[in-house]
Amino acid sequence: MKTILVTLKAFLLLTLVTGVIYPVLITGIVQLIFPEKAGGSLIIRDSIVIGSKLTGQEFSSPGYFSPRPSSNSYNPLPSGGSNFGPTNTKQLNQVDERRKQFIYRNHPDTLKDVPSEMLFASASGLDPHISRESAMMQVDRVSQERGFDDAQRQKLIQCIDNLTEAPQFLILGEERLNVLLLNLETDKIK
Amino acid sequence: MTLPEIIQVVLFLGLLTGLTPILGNYLYLALDGRNHILKPVLGSTERLMYRIIKVNPDDEMNWRGYASALLLFNLAGLIFVFTIQVFQGSLPLNPAGLPDVSWHSALNTAVSFVTNTNWQGYAGETTLSYFVQMVGLTVQNFVSAATGIAVLLAVIRSISRNNTDKIGNFWADIVRSVIYVLLPLSIFLAIALAGQGVIQNFKSYEAVHTLEGGQQILPMGPVASQVAIKQIGTNGGGYFNSNSSHPFENPTPFSNFLEMLFILLIPAALTITYGKMTGSVRQGWALFSVMMIMLISGLLIALYGEYSGNPLYGNMRLMEGKETRFGIVNSVLWAVSTTAASNGSVNSLHDCLSPLAGMVAMLNIMLGEVVFGGVGAGLYGMIVFIILTVFIAGLMVGRTPEFSGKKIEAFEVQMAIIAILAPAAVILVFSALASVSIEGLSGINNAGPHGLSEILYAFSSAAGNNGSAFAGLNSNTTFYNLTLAAGMLIGRFGVIIPVLAIAGNLAGKKYTPPSTGTFHTDNWLFIILLIAVILIVGGLTFFPALSLGPVLDHLLLQGGITF
Repeated sequence: MKTILVTLKAFLLLTLVTGVIYPVLITGIVQLIFPEKAGGSLIIRDSIVIGSKLTGQEFSSPGYFSPRPSSNSYNPLPSGGSNFGPTNTKQLNQVDERRKQFIYRNHPDTLKDVPSEMLFASASGLDPHISRESAMMQVDRVSQERGFDDAQRQKLIQCIDNLTEAPQFLILGEERLNVLLLNLETDKIK
Repeated sequence: MTLPEIIQVVLFLGLLTGLTPILGNYLYLALDGRNHILKPVLGSTERLMYRIIKVNPDDEMNWRGYASALLLFNLAGLIFVFTIQVFQGSLPLNPAGLPDVSWHSALNTAVSFVTNTNWQGYAGETTLSYFVQMVGLTVQNFVSAATGIAVLLAVIRSISRNNTDKIGNFWADIVRSVIYVLLPLSIFLAIALAGQGVIQNFKSYEAVHTLEGGQQILPMGPVASQVAIKQIGTNGGGYFNSNSSHPFENPTPFSNFLEMLFILLIPAALTITYGKMTGSVRQGWALFSVMMIMLISGLLIALYGEYSGNPLYGNMRLMEGKETRFGIVNSVLWAVSTTAASNGSVNSLHDCLSPLAGMVAMLNIMLGEVVFGGVGAGLYGMIVFIILTVFIAGLMVGRTPEFSGKKIEAFEVQMAIIAILAPAAVILVFSALASVSIEGLSGINNAGPHGLSEILYAFSSAAGNNGSAFAGLNSNTTFYNLTLAAGMLIGRFGVIIPVLAIAGNLAGKKYTPPSTGTFHTDNWLFIILLIAVILIVGGLTFFPALSLGPVLDHLLLQGGITF
């Protein structure tokens, strides 16, 4: 009986410390020092939330740069991927279809391979990034669709260069480019 | 592999090794009730907690008392986490208006978090309220890790003591683990992660008007605080469905590096803590070496599997189920680390890994989660294998086996065998059951040998208290929720109880001073012997199952066969 009482008190006390005080304390601290990040790194335009700097969005119109394929069409409820194994026929067909689509839409230099992140879906279904190379292959299409002249096209390439992130601290992770931020910049080119 | 990729691996393993003795020494001071850097700050909190729960930390228990306290405490957690899920709809902090959870999913999740497995049949963002995640799951992230440390401490004491039946006070071990180790590290990591962009708030889900005029609902919540302890306590349960591949859980390569480091940090440091508490740091480093050699071997095989490509796709980088910001090397490094430690969080989809990399992940779990393993759990699991190894060595030379000055006799060996066989039996028996029943087969996402791998991985993950998955398997069904819950309970307490029994028995023995005939357990010969025993036990038990799953998958893939 005494052990049961001790157990209950210990459990409730530890719940209070680790389940209430700890998360509330962390919320207080980070809301104070990183308020924007703690809230989801939201992008707000004319007081409307138009996205987060961290999560990808669906882009299907040809005037926007395409993101990676997503097995949940960038719907975060819930996040997730295909879970296709290495011998899955469906995936083989999907990759084939995506490659055809990419070539049909962008007419890339036929000597170049389509970058693999444009053919394979991400784990979260929300991957915001593509490689610089994938973006460059879409420049002609986007420019043409928007009726850009040479100067505007140059500005677009400039945007790609500016937004390309090197590996963090020069060594961690991969070089990458945020598609949503790139499309926002593309919209600004007049 | 490119040079930057190799540098990242070396940097990771180097930093892990460098931090091991530093944290190991701190853990020794903090967990053994000595003076340390945080004692002046938190000592009064520790004493206050003892006063509130009315225990005397010096009032030690025998192994039965220790085990009963542990089981009662875990039972309380299980009932609580189950209850708040099935009544979730009526509880506060539920801005998304999520309904009550089904009883079998709630039971599976409660067992899963109490046993430090963190298998997730549900999707966090569409199933659980902020209240359940925080007051239910975050708490179990802490106390299940503390439970693992407590059991290890009891075992270490039993080795360093003689002629007593006392192995420590369970409540003191839990309190010290939480407030001196898990909480301070979590506060540090949570803030660091939030600085990289991991969210932490209590807002409603955010309705986003996308650039193309669509709508996207972004889930919110107190994420950083949970992600921190999920990594530190080798728990691994994601706040969101896609775990640490989700940009809100793991937004940058640096957040990835930190999270990955903390998967292995405490399990690695505890080897040195072990050495210090038993008076032989050399023994601690020997155990660290065993774990590190096995980790690196697995990593090399997995990297080979992933970089040698898939014949179906030529020489393309295999990016299915991987995030651009992490690339291949960080996905493989994570997959190997998270399965070696019984963490189970993922930053890529293990189901999509090449057959060899997926097999390394599975094998890491099947070998008993002793390659670093869970906090505390990995090392007490390793001690079980040590007992088996000295027993075998003793048979070979015809001498009573000894370890750290204690004679290893029939009782210890019997208990060690139970602790090794319990999880192994779960994996093989339950997988066999699932692969011949309609309920089991209906959950499969991939046809062919990969389908068997999905089932095999699920029960390995449950029995090894890992929690990662070949997640294509639809396991949120009554059949899988119940069988996996049973597997997790057997895999956790079917090891803890025999291990505590061993501790109780060892503590009562007298110290046998080393003689010229003593078989040393801190040299290279022993390191090699221990690795061999782990591999032989694992190999004999699982080779047939693995050859029908990932091995066959690999061979068929080389022939270009798809399903």
